[in-house]
Amino acid sequence: MTMAEGDLAVTELAFVRRAMVEPKAPPVATKGALFWLRTNLLSTPFNICLTIVIVLLLAWIIPDLIKFLVTDAVWTGDNRDACREIVQHREIGACWPFVWDRLPYFIYGSYPIADRWRVDVFFLLLAIGVTWLLWLRAPRRDLGALYFFVILPISSFILLHGWDAIGLPTVDTVLWGGVLVTIVVASVGIVVSLPIGILLALGRRSRMPAVRTASIVFIEFVRGVPLVTVLFMASVMLPLFVPEQFSPDKLIRALVGIALFASAYMAEVVRAGLQAIPKGQFEGAMAVGLSYSQMMRLIILPQALKITVPNIVNTYIGLFKDTTLVFIVGIFDLLRTIEVARIDPHWATPVTSTTGYAVAAIFYLIFCYGMSRYAHATEVRLARGDKR
Amino acid sequence: MAIDLPTASRPPRVAFYNDPKIRSVAYQLALCVVIGVLVYGAATNAIDNLERAHIASGFGFWNENAGFDISQTLIQYSSQASTYGRAFWVGLLNTLLVAGLGVVFATVIGFIVGIARLSSNWLVAKAATGYVEIIRNLPLLLQLLFWYNAVLKALPAVRDSIHILGGTVVNNRGVFLPRPIFKSGFGIVEITIAAGILASIVFYLWARRRQERTGEQAPLLWTALALIVGLPLIVAAAMGFPVAFDFPEAGRFNISGGIEVLPEFAALLFGLSIYTAAFIAEVVRAGILSVSRGQTEAAYSLGLRPGPTLRLIVVPQAMRVIIPPLTSQYLNLTKNSSLAVAIGYPDLVQVFTGTVLNQTGQAVEVVAITMLVYLTISLVTSLLMNLYNSRMALVER
Repeated sequence: MTMAEGDLAVTELAFVRRAMVEPKAPPVATKGALFWLRTNLLSTPFNICLTIVIVLLLAWIIPDLIKFLVTDAVWTGDNRDACREIVQHREIGACWPFVWDRLPYFIYGSYPIADRWRVDVFFLLLAIGVTWLLWLRAPRRDLGALYFFVILPISSFILLHGWDAIGLPTVDTVLWGGVLVTIVVASVGIVVSLPIGILLALGRRSRMPAVRTASIVFIEFVRGVPLVTVLFMASVMLPLFVPEQFSPDKLIRALVGIALFASAYMAEVVRAGLQAIPKGQFEGAMAVGLSYSQMMRLIILPQALKITVPNIVNTYIGLFKDTTLVFIVGIFDLLRTIEVARIDPHWATPVTSTTGYAVAAIFYLIFCYGMSRYAHATEVRLARGDKR
Repeated sequence: MAIDLPTASRPPRVAFYNDPKIRSVAYQLALCVVIGVLVYGAATNAIDNLERAHIASGFGFWNENAGFDISQTLIQYSSQASTYGRAFWVGLLNTLLVAGLGVVFATVIGFIVGIARLSSNWLVAKAATGYVEIIRNLPLLLQLLFWYNAVLKALPAVRDSIHILGGTVVNNRGVFLPRPIFKSGFGIVEITIAAGILASIVFYLWARRRQERTGEQAPLLWTALALIVGLPLIVAAAMGFPVAFDFPEAGRFNISGGIEVLPEFAALLFGLSIYTAAFIAEVVRAGILSVSRGQTEAAYSLGLRPGPTLRLIVVPQAMRVIIPPLTSQYLNLTKNSSLAVAIGYPDLVQVFTGTVLNQTGQAVEVVAITMLVYLTISLVTSLLMNLYNSRMALVER
């Protein structure tokens, strides 16, 4: 290309800047609170509008929330009169004496008062098991797993249900309720769903057609229907499918429903983990002559489960929230005990319902948020190992 | 030149019980036998138990008279004349109604919150995070009970109804919207709306072709708005607005006129939308984050502003990641709508698995039909999803 042709090409362009652009003034400040405000809250007119809207929204919600929960709340009292506007002649917030009064019911349900220490011991045993498993530097975590998955379920059953031979009177499950039932249902779901889920996931990836078909049908069937219908099936159809004399009690039926449901979801989570393992790991394991079960136990599952931990915990959060659905088949979990207590005439006021739901919300928020923080921390910890 | 290949040595002899093929057949046979025994046992027990309870199995109940009332019916239904089969359809339609509306609201809220979580505005991002964290960590059932019992049922009684701008009346019996009554000339307005939609499509095609040819963009949104909303409004105004509203009137004890929205429906729709929106927000956020930073930077360096960058560059690529989990959230919403049974909204589960099961005692048939409906919805959706996925998947070498 000659010089002339090059000039021609330039003149043909629509616009070529020939003079320098005036330099802009330096930014006023690049640190400090003002700079932060300007870049984070007030950068454009649209952002200023958004900031104003959110501030107004928060100014509307938060003072009301504090007023309801703290400043206007009633802290002491013996019956509903303490929480009634007509009697007290002031605005009434949360009715905390209702909660203090009914707290044992929220925790133990109708469990006999003389035997409630058994529930406390169960909570303690469970707390030990959970800490042992989750605390990474705890000694002998293999023993911890044995304790959590074998010893704890058996001893809890004996403790809670009772065994006349060792002097613990039987407590019918009809009397169980509140936090106790919520924790029992969630723990059973957690303990049972992982092993069954792993088996189903392995089955779904198996090369045996019958095993694979059975796993797929089960998983897709359970995942395709709502938990409510699974619980209905467990509570009305299960008694039909077993001989009359073995008819399981209500709580067991719900537990079966929850466990089946959670297993199907767990299977898909584990399968995703298995799919993430490179083929070379399988081939390597087979090349050194490991059998299928050795390969899975020693090579594949430890890696697959490790990367799945955050997803497993997320499934557990879902399961924990789903335990509230046993409410619908007539089991007295925490939410149901609150439902019963809030319409009790002794405490019935316009604020009782909201107070009860606030208690439930705090309970579930603490547990679920705690679990999700744990999942997040695990994710960060595992990612650290991959970063080099 | 031929090379003598060493003849393959015969595999070492193994005992027949160590032969993988025989083992696999044996395992599968064992599984089939176990499943067969379980099914057989369950079936014989069920027949025994049903006989003892004097329940005739079969689907004969489908055509029997239902004899109970349903509070919200989209199709003709009466307790005297309608059958259990009719009740099933009423329940199914109610489920589909709440699920369909819920999907729309949840998507809108979810996209707004998901994008807000990534906003450069610190306050907006934190507020959106707070929303997602709180809503996701509370059970849906608790939220539904809260909306129903603590919010909607705590509203004032009929005589102290709250009047909202535009003639809507709210009280503890539900939400009452004005009902439009179309007068004779309204047909022309309808035709104008249809013509507007058609003209917009033609304009869109023309604008796209012109943009491909010359690169010039046309104000598509405003033109379409003018054609679909503006034009009919002008026509309606010219004809003297051939539409009247039947406003709800709150009396002392009763309310008349307007469209009645049951508090159960409002609570369920509200709860489902807000709950699912939190999950959709996370899906949207993950999708947008999956588009690499270089795409945004390249768009900025081409001179696109943040708005068009999001609309033209980021969102189309993010959609590929967003759509599959979004569909499963839609399915979750549909399945979660069965929680209606807890607050008494007459959906499929409440009407069919609740009332019909209690009246007929046909547990096996009723639960099986209900599950089949949800399964069909799930499977059809996943089928469509797979079709969509195979169309949208990146074509790689």
